[in-house]
Amino acid sequence: MLLNQFLILAAAMFSLGIYGLLVRRNIVLILLSVELMLAAVNINLIAFESVLRSPEAIGQVFAIFVITVAAAEVGIGLAIVLMIFRNRKSANVDELDLMRW
Amino acid sequence: MSFIDWLGSPVNWVFLVVGLAILFSSWRVVTAKNVVHAALYLVAALGGAAILFLMLSAEFVAWVVVLVYIGAVLVLFLFGIMITRAPTGKDVGLDTPHKTSPALLSVATFVLLSWASIQAFGTTQVESVGEPTSTEVLGIALLGRFVIPFEVVSFVLLAALIGGVTIARRDLTPAEEEERRAV
Amino acid sequence: MISTVATEAEHAVEAGVTGGFWVDNAGIMLILPFVAFLLILAFGKRMKNHGAELAIGALAINSIWATVLFVMNMTSGVLGQTTFEIARIGSDLVFELGWVVDGLSIMMYFLVSVVGLIVFIYAVGYMHGDVRVDWFFAAFSLFAGSMLLLVGAPNLIQLIIGWEGVGLASYFLIGFYWEDMANVNAGNKAFMVNKVADVGLILGAIILGVAIGTFDFAEMDLAAAEHVESLSTVAVVGGALLFFGAMGKSAQFPLHIWLPDAMAGPTPVSALMHAATMVTAGVYLMGRVFPLFEYLAAEIRPWMVWIGAITLFAIGFLALVADDIKKVLAYSTVSQLGYMMTAVAAGGYTAGLFHLFTHAFFKALLFLGAGSVIHAVHSNNMSDMGGLRKHMPRTYWTFVVGTLALAGIIPLSGFWSKDEILVTLGFEGYTAVMVIAIAGAFVTAFYMTRAVALTFFGEYKGHGNPHESPAIMTVPLVALAIPSILFGLFNVPGWEIPGIGNFSEWLAVRVVPMGDHHPEAIDFVLAGSGLLAAVLGIVVGWAIWGRDRETQAERDRFDIPVLYPLLRNKYYIDDLADGITAGTMGPVARFINWVNDYVIDGIINGVALLTKGLGSFVYGVVDQRGVDGVIHGLGAGADGVGSALRRWQTGRIQQYAASVVAGALVLIVLFVFVI
Repeated sequence: MLLNQFLILAAAMFSLGIYGLLVRRNIVLILLSVELMLAAVNINLIAFESVLRSPEAIGQVFAIFVITVAAAEVGIGLAIVLMIFRNRKSANVDELDLMRW
Repeated sequence: MSFIDWLGSPVNWVFLVVGLAILFSSWRVVTAKNVVHAALYLVAALGGAAILFLMLSAEFVAWVVVLVYIGAVLVLFLFGIMITRAPTGKDVGLDTPHKTSPALLSVATFVLLSWASIQAFGTTQVESVGEPTSTEVLGIALLGRFVIPFEVVSFVLLAALIGGVTIARRDLTPAEEEERRAV
Repeated sequence: MISTVATEAEHAVEAGVTGGFWVDNAGIMLILPFVAFLLILAFGKRMKNHGAELAIGALAINSIWATVLFVMNMTSGVLGQTTFEIARIGSDLVFELGWVVDGLSIMMYFLVSVVGLIVFIYAVGYMHGDVRVDWFFAAFSLFAGSMLLLVGAPNLIQLIIGWEGVGLASYFLIGFYWEDMANVNAGNKAFMVNKVADVGLILGAIILGVAIGTFDFAEMDLAAAEHVESLSTVAVVGGALLFFGAMGKSAQFPLHIWLPDAMAGPTPVSALMHAATMVTAGVYLMGRVFPLFEYLAAEIRPWMVWIGAITLFAIGFLALVADDIKKVLAYSTVSQLGYMMTAVAAGGYTAGLFHLFTHAFFKALLFLGAGSVIHAVHSNNMSDMGGLRKHMPRTYWTFVVGTLALAGIIPLSGFWSKDEILVTLGFEGYTAVMVIAIAGAFVTAFYMTRAVALTFFGEYKGHGNPHESPAIMTVPLVALAIPSILFGLFNVPGWEIPGIGNFSEWLAVRVVPMGDHHPEAIDFVLAGSGLLAAVLGIVVGWAIWGRDRETQAERDRFDIPVLYPLLRNKYYIDDLADGITAGTMGPVARFINWVNDYVIDGIINGVALLTKGLGSFVYGVVDQRGVDGVIHGLGAGADGVGSALRRWQTGRIQQYAASVVAGALVLIVLFVFVI
């Protein structure tokens, strides 16, 4: 197996995540896209690790950290979504423009 | 190395199938008109990623992805979808009408990233289905060299837990406050 | 100095008891209060005394343990350290928890446990029938436990853990009556000021620890004594940062502001906070890393001495105008902490810590006495008190003992420790600071006399019928009065209690033995002037506030025209200048005025003429035409760019995200193609 096949697949996944991030209106869907991007990063980390084969499996350790932080992010993110939804009766980002001049 | 040579190795067949499945699922995640479907497609994409991890001899991480992402995070997402009463059926208003510049940006990202990796790692080989990294190695690394980041991450999780509860908590109305005091 | 160290080192190693049951298991002292804390949280509500039994029990065991160690250390030095490795950072930085047993830490164990125990017992009476008593005792145990963790720390990391624990517990206790917003604010203020200082402590710890590859105090002290290259390069920076941390906890001059507000908590909290725990942590830290300042960071010591001197002198004055009796004592604490810090910084390891030791007893006594009074009259204000001498004789007498000890009247403990500080300052060549310290003794005696006069003499001005507090509160007062009188004898120059040596020898038992200057005999001139200042303070204070009892309250407001408004405004510099020129210093002021008018004014006028000419040129040509043109141009430009950019601020998150992605892509292109 080539290293590149994984990297390119991850790049594709990441780009799709960016696309979703930019076109979706619903906040939950935006969070889903972010998860997609994080998963792509994890594929990269694991692929590099299987080439380098470091004694302490650093790449995999980092993947675990990414997963953990992603879990925290989802928890907080959904709590914020809940809050916004409760206050604005909507979960669409383009209706949240309070910070606008 | 030609494409035919590449197909000569059976493990690459598996990769091809899984990779295409991941790409399709990812595509559906960002385009599905149904919120619940999008979440379920994410399950498929992450499941595919887990299979890739298994192929890359990262056994433990693969199961972590299955347990944490598919088991816990996605359930959380489904809860979020239900609670925010996001339209669960077909909905045309899920996307912004302007899709050209996001599409351009995303394609540019893909081109740039894949071009860079081709330039950098032209023919670097990955050991196909090598000896899996044992959980023991990971455990020792996590509680040895990486113990400080590990503890920090545990704090992050704790903070997220408390923060989530605090943020999502609804302020009681005066009447409810009264009721609570009575109990 | 070096030779002293060497001989002392041999002495300590010969005499040192390095093991034994009491030393090897001393860590139990560090754990017991935390166990009590958890148990009280779990079961306190259901217990008869709301968990006070547990808190007192834990500290009683601690007191016995600490007393045994204290006595052992008197007869033959006790030295021991036990650590457990918790984690390893990289390959060589080790994080350990454990406890250290040496002269300094034994002194602190003794202090925290014994004073803590007495205050806890008192608190049972004081807090009787109050709200959340179980939580009070839980937080109180946490407070004492964190302090023990701090003083028992064998390394900087554990010290920081204890340090933060003390800060947290004090936050709980200062804001104990959180129904009142002012108390909550006081707690926040204390926490935040301390946090600012903690940054210094943590940075200092990191710098020093990384420089020598260990956070261990013993190894740090040895490295300092041997002038290890890697340590000496960072010693000044690291030492200054540690000192900054100590300034916060020990309320030194710019960072003292939290301490007077910290009076918001229940009085036993103030007693413990001001005597044995919390504020002593900074001085303790300075003592713990003393070799660092002794051998390597000598450059910053004069600065430290002067910060201490400012604290001891300037803040003491503020006690003169406070009406809240606890505020008087709080300012007094700040001032005494100034003495300790000055002494330690000047090189008086024993002097500073001995004052810490004696001060803990009489300041706890004074606070508990004030608490007893407050308990009786239900007010903190001295304008509601007066004449309590007859109603509360036991409180009165013990309070007077505390006052005399604090003022430094022979032969009470405060006299000996203050004398030792004066001697040290003189010996190390800080004559000016020594004079300030003597003047500070005058001020101390002055405001304490005022407090006693306003509280216990004259007519009772409050409401109701005050009566003596119950025995559970007066017995602790007596229990603190005895050491306040006697413990000064531990360190009398040129004399020692037969067979057990003196305080400076006990304290010198360290891995790097401390060889500071201990006077061979009493310096009668110096001791006499210190004593004279104190007596003078009492006499002047009595002359102002003691006689003419009916008009005492009014006298308090109007009798000192210069000082009163100045202090009331907490050193308005304007008031200071006004006060001096207005009245007190007639001839001197007139002379200075003449010099000012004729000599200085002449010079100034000449300079002014020149400046004016230059100024009009600059204004007319350079400023009006050159600079202003540029400024206006820039302003207009910024305005235009701003209006243009404003359109980009759509408030749409996704447009922002798109910009981020585009920016990242540009960066990638830059990295890949250009660099």
